Amino acid sequence: MAGHQTYEEQKALVFKGLMLLGAITIVEVVVALLAKGHLIHGVKFAEGFGHYLYMLLMIGFSLYKAYFIIFFFMHMAYEVRGLALSVLLPTALLVWAIIAFFQEGSSWGARRELIKEKNEELVKPVPNNRPQGYVLPGVYGRTNG
Amino acid sequence: MAETSVAHAHETNEHDHQDDAAWEGGREPFRASYGKLMMWYFLLSDAFTFAGFLIAYGALRFSMPTWPEPDFVFASFPFVQAHWPLIFVTFMTFVLIFSSVTMVRAVQEGHRENRQGVVFWMILTILGGATFLSSQAYEWTTLIVKENMTVSQNPFGRHIADGIYLNADGSEAKRTDGSPLEFKKGESYLLHMHDGKVTGLAFHDTKQSGEKMIQHEGTRLKYTTGAYAGQVRNAEMGPKAFGALFFFITGFHGFHVFSGVLFLSIIMINAAGGVYAARRNGYEMVEKIGLYWHFVDLVWVFVFLVFYLL
Repeated sequence: MAGHQTYEEQKALVFKGLMLLGAITIVEVVVALLAKGHLIHGVKFAEGFGHYLYMLLMIGFSLYKAYFIIFFFMHMAYEVRGLALSVLLPTALLVWAIIAFFQEGSSWGARRELIKEKNEELVKPVPNNRPQGYVLPGVYGRTNG
Repeated sequence: MAETSVAHAHETNEHDHQDDAAWEGGREPFRASYGKLMMWYFLLSDAFTFAGFLIAYGALRFSMPTWPEPDFVFASFPFVQAHWPLIFVTFMTFVLIFSSVTMVRAVQEGHRENRQGVVFWMILTILGGATFLSSQAYEWTTLIVKENMTVSQNPFGRHIADGIYLNADGSEAKRTDGSPLEFKKGESYLLHMHDGKVTGLAFHDTKQSGEKMIQHEGTRLKYTTGAYAGQVRNAEMGPKAFGALFFFITGFHGFHVFSGVLFLSIIMINAAGGVYAARRNGYEMVEKIGLYWHFVDLVWVFVFLVFYLL
């Protein structure tokens, strides 16, 4: 494996990997601190639309780091195509898992909010002399109230 | 590029399996040794386990009206009293990157059948793993002992609306300069506990620059906006699930690092003793534990993303 590379080339790749992963991590943290207003007082962009942009940027950086680790540190780039596909393709299932479970999570939240809202709603007091529940037709003379 | 490496892989694997004629079928599936291929499939299944955990984190987070802010929760640093958001965990990330890089070097030296090189770089890798574990022990200790977060309790909350802090006697809290001590929707606080009871809270004063924490006695506050506008309420605990998710997911990752350090040590001792030199297969065992170790780093990339960045 990695047989087409000389020893010097291999060592150069290791150094490149160290620099790349280190640089991306530093950029990630600096952007995170800047976005959330910790670096410059009063400057904060992770709000509203900016928050989506921020999340997209962070996910992009992480996916690139993952790609670099798998393909160059774990030598996936030098394996047979079939091996790479048999390991990488199944992870595509996770795309649906993420969509489905996040959707489900939002729905739990919405229901919980609804229940809380209904619990706090004021209910009109019902007079005591009125029978409650289902009233058999004809028993109290009237079927409706 | 693939063609040349395939030819080479075939060549090295021939003496990997002198005894068992390439998995008994005469030709190796995917031109990889059995052990290496199975390591890849084990890592794939492990990736699904971690993905399941992280997706559960996302689903629970989406279901909550508020969620703790990572740059507020993860801000302690050893020997420093200041509030340094994300700095310590960045250090931990660098430790893992360095140990991944030394692992690549160990594998490369293995291909050259250089026993001393393999042992040297593996020792550095083990040291990196041990440093990471110690850092995690510090992080957990701070959260559990100092900040009272457990699997069933999360004192890190966020305000659901704008409002003002109240003193213990019910009057509105003021800064030293006399201005009212207000908070905005989404700002974080940490409930202080004493003997199992909530006694007060700590928060950042966003009106002032710098990461200064304000310690406030009592947890009463008055909302000025939202559904509870005008009401006096107590600051509540944050979502309980956060503590359980944090300890289980980082714990599961830490357990991987721990078992990685154990296996690295065993293989390093074997390598030093000449076990793999005798096999003359380019230290394949070092390559397999290398795959596992890079995977641990790979998982951390996503744990770092989900817990600390998003």
